[in-house]
Order: sequence, then structure tokens, then C-alpha cells
Amino acid sequence: MWIENVVCPFCGCLCDDIAVEVEDNRIKSVKRACSNGRSVFLHAPTEARRPVVDGKEVDWPDAIDAAARILMKSASPLIYGLSSTASEAQRKAIALADLLGASIDSTSSICHGPTSIGIQSQGEPTCTLGEVKHRSDLVIFWGCNPVEAHMRHFARYSVLARGKFTPQGRKDRTVVVVDVRPTLTARNADIFLQLRPGSDYEVLITLRAMLKGARLDVAEVGGVSVAQLADLVERMKRCRFGVVFFGMGVTQTGGKHWSIAELVALAAELNAHTRFNVMPMRGHGNVAGADCTLTWQTGYPFAVNFARGYPQYNPGEFTAVDLLARQEVDAALIIASDPMAHLPRQAAEHLNRIPTIVLDPEMNLTARVARVVLPTAIYGISAVGTAYRMDNIPLPLKKVVNSPQPTDEQVLDWIIERVKT
Amino acid sequence: MPKFILITGRTAGQGEALPKGKESEDYRQATECIEMNPVDRERLGLQAGQRVRVRTAFGEAVLVLREKELPEGMVFVPLGPGANALIGAETRGTGMPDSKGLEVEVEPLCG
Repeated sequence: MWIENVVCPFCGCLCDDIAVEVEDNRIKSVKRACSNGRSVFLHAPTEARRPVVDGKEVDWPDAIDAAARILMKSASPLIYGLSSTASEAQRKAIALADLLGASIDSTSSICHGPTSIGIQSQGEPTCTLGEVKHRSDLVIFWGCNPVEAHMRHFARYSVLARGKFTPQGRKDRTVVVVDVRPTLTARNADIFLQLRPGSDYEVLITLRAMLKGARLDVAEVGGVSVAQLADLVERMKRCRFGVVFFGMGVTQTGGKHWSIAELVALAAELNAHTRFNVMPMRGHGNVAGADCTLTWQTGYPFAVNFARGYPQYNPGEFTAVDLLARQEVDAALIIASDPMAHLPRQAAEHLNRIPTIVLDPEMNLTARVARVVLPTAIYGISAVGTAYRMDNIPLPLKKVVNSPQPTDEQVLDWIIERVKT
Repeated sequence: MPKFILITGRTAGQGEALPKGKESEDYRQATECIEMNPVDRERLGLQAGQRVRVRTAFGEAVLVLREKELPEGMVFVPLGPGANALIGAETRGTGMPDSKGLEVEVEPLCG
């Protein structure tokens, strides 16, 4: 049986045109997905798995009891992850953090956390991917590589997509790539500006200055000639609808949120000339949802702490890397993420020292060191739920196979009930 | 010892191997490598496919060398355990480690 219009939960593109063939509750084949999406569907675990406590398989009530005891005993717990679970589960995780007085942070803090900080200072000229598809005639990719990380972004939303005012797709657009290396995305660009590593901030303030008419007495900035930068400014002013998609090339380099603030300010100022927007290329399937859900629940998108009984926000203090590296947490609940595989080793190794609880469909590296492992269903494959696309549009995830596992939302509910009693 | 600028990031191979599990051979091959341009590789007398020791101020990793079109003086390591060993945990009040732009040393693995 073919199931049509399935949303792929892998990355922030949330492609909603996937077809999945299911026979006897097994996924046989996948149509239209990229290689990443195909791999997610075809390797999804569907076999029954029992929870594990201290290396031994146990029944669910005992596992929930063990998890709740760890969290209740903790003076300073951390709840972390959230980017590959549904927003229904994210909401429960926040309720649990509130109940425990815990810190709660998502993987945003190591991807687009600086974007949130930059946007908090400048606002966000933004749009939907539908508007990009139908209207954009200038598409800039800055410090991101969608050909390898968001493989269908070109075809569905940006470079190749044919829309109402872009009937010829690629021919109707100018594509600019700004990066420190010639990525596969750069090979598809009309214009490639190769920056010197760490010079995003100075190039961005230069573009803002040039937009305001400043004359520069230098020949190049950040490895790019002033003539090339002047040409880019003219193209940005003259386009009908421009957009800058940006990624970790900006958020993980040097000025981080300062660079983002300059980029956002540049886009905002271009709106005096034309329509111009920015959009972060969100990595995990519902990392945008983690920001949205945390924001509507607490007022803040990540790095939140409930120790005083109300939400406080402070990146650098309540962010996972800092809390773990400074050994300021004494228990961790990891939801749909693998910090042992993705955080700097100096931070991740603290998870070896403290009791850690893992909610995840996969047996990942963090589960290997966890005291309690709670295997759950996969949203978008074996459970329904809501995820937010990179343009913050919520989409309903389908269930294409049945799973014997409970969802993250159910398990968090059980832990909350146990903590309350 | 020659210094390089380290860029870490996603690759198609790393993304595709993720759902197969982090203990899979595909994931290991996709992540435990370092890319360098041919000019730097020849200058260091290294061969593609050779194992090299990569060191930053925060840690070190043993990775397999691959040749790639990159600016001279830059090396690239895909996201994964190798990259995590090289990146420090200091975030300068942002929550975000310096995952790109670190200074790194590359040397052939002896013994």
C-alpha cells in the first residue's frame, strides 16, 4: 500500500510530498525523498524494545519510577534535545522542567542559538518558503550548504522551484553563494564570493555601509574585492524579492550573534528599496518547533532555567554545553538527541559522571552511557505529531507504520505524573 | 608544525549514515576523516587514505586524510566524534562553541 503526501521528519525542509510503500507494517520503499530522508524511513526501527535501567531490561512502570527518582533527587537537572521530537512532546518537556525547577535547552544552542540572539536585537524580516518559491528573484546562501544538508531545498523552495511569478524556475533567479570554501552549493551559483574564514562580520558591515552610500578606501574586505561587494549591493537593491538563507557558517564563526544581527539589519534596511528577507536553514526536523514551543511557553527560545520558579533566559549560563562543561548539572534527561555524539567532548563527558535518562527511538551513543533508556516511537514514521518547518510553518506528521513503543509525549506524561505523586 | 584553519560541518555522507546508527561502518567512514587540498597534502608529504593525527588546543583525533577542493591552509572535518574531540567547550557567553575557524595541526600518524 502506498501512502501519499507523507512529511519527512529528517530536516527543517519537512518535505510533505513523500510517498511511502508499506507492507505488513514494514516500509518497503520511498519515493521523492532525498538520500537522507530515504535513509530515515528505510532504517526506522519497528521492533518492540523494552526500557533499560542500569543495563537490565525492565517493565515500563519500573523504568518510569527509576527516571522520576533520578529527577526528583537532582538539585540541578538538565532537560536537553527536543529537535527531533514533536511539539506535543516539547510542551510536556517544558512542563516537566517547570515542575522540577530544571534547565531546559534544545539543540538550537549549538546550531541557530546565535540567530535567536541576533534576531532579539534586530527583529526578523521574514517570509514563508512559499513566498520564496513564488516570488524570489535573488537567492543568497550565506555559510550554508543545502546541496548536502537540505537536499531538496533547491527543487522545492528556492533555486529551481517554479512559482506564480517565477514560472521559469532557475532562469528567473540569480543565485549567490557566500562561503569560505567552494561547496557543492557554490558550484550551482551564478556568483560565488569566497570569504576569508572569520570575516563574515566585517563583510556584512561593509555591505551595510555601501548600501548607505559610503565610499571605501580599500580594495578588498574579507578576501572579496570591493567591486564584487558593490555589485552585490546593487543586485540586492534592484531585485524584486530577495532572500538570504544562512547557516552554521555564520552562527559558529567568530562574531556569532553579532554577525547575525548585521545580516538581519542589512535585510531590514534593504526593505527601503525592495522586499528582502532572511531565513535560518534549520537542521533537525523540528528544531524550529523547539524554539517556537519554548517561546510560547516561556517567552524564550532556548537556554531557559526554572530554578526560581519562573523562566529565566541566559545563553552561556543555561545552555547545555556550558552547564555540562562547568559540571553545573547533576542529572540529565535527553530527549530525541545524541549529545555524546554532537557536543564537544569536554562537555559531553559530564554525561558519563551524572545519572542520564534517554528518550529516543534509536540506541545512540548517549543511550550507551545512560542509566535509564526509554525507547519511544518515531514521530512522522510510527507516531503522529506536529513539527515546524524552517519558516516556522507547523505541519502535521503522519504515522505510516504501527509501533509497539509509546510516544515521547506519553512517556513524559508518565514521568510528570510520577514526579507529582 | 604547519597550522590550518579547521572548518567542521555537515556532509551528505554523514547525514545519510545517521539513521543507520552511529556505530555503523558507514557513519564511521563518513565522519572519521579530514579533507585537505592537494597542494597542502603534497607539501606535508601525505597520501590520500593515510591516517593523520589532528590536534587543537582542546584535543586530538586520528582521522583518514581525503583530498578535496579547499582553499590552501584550510581543512574540513564532518560533524561527528572526530570533530567533537577537536572543538573546545568554551562558548563566550553564547552557548555556541567555536565550531569553525579553530587553529589545527595535522601530522602523519607514526607507529
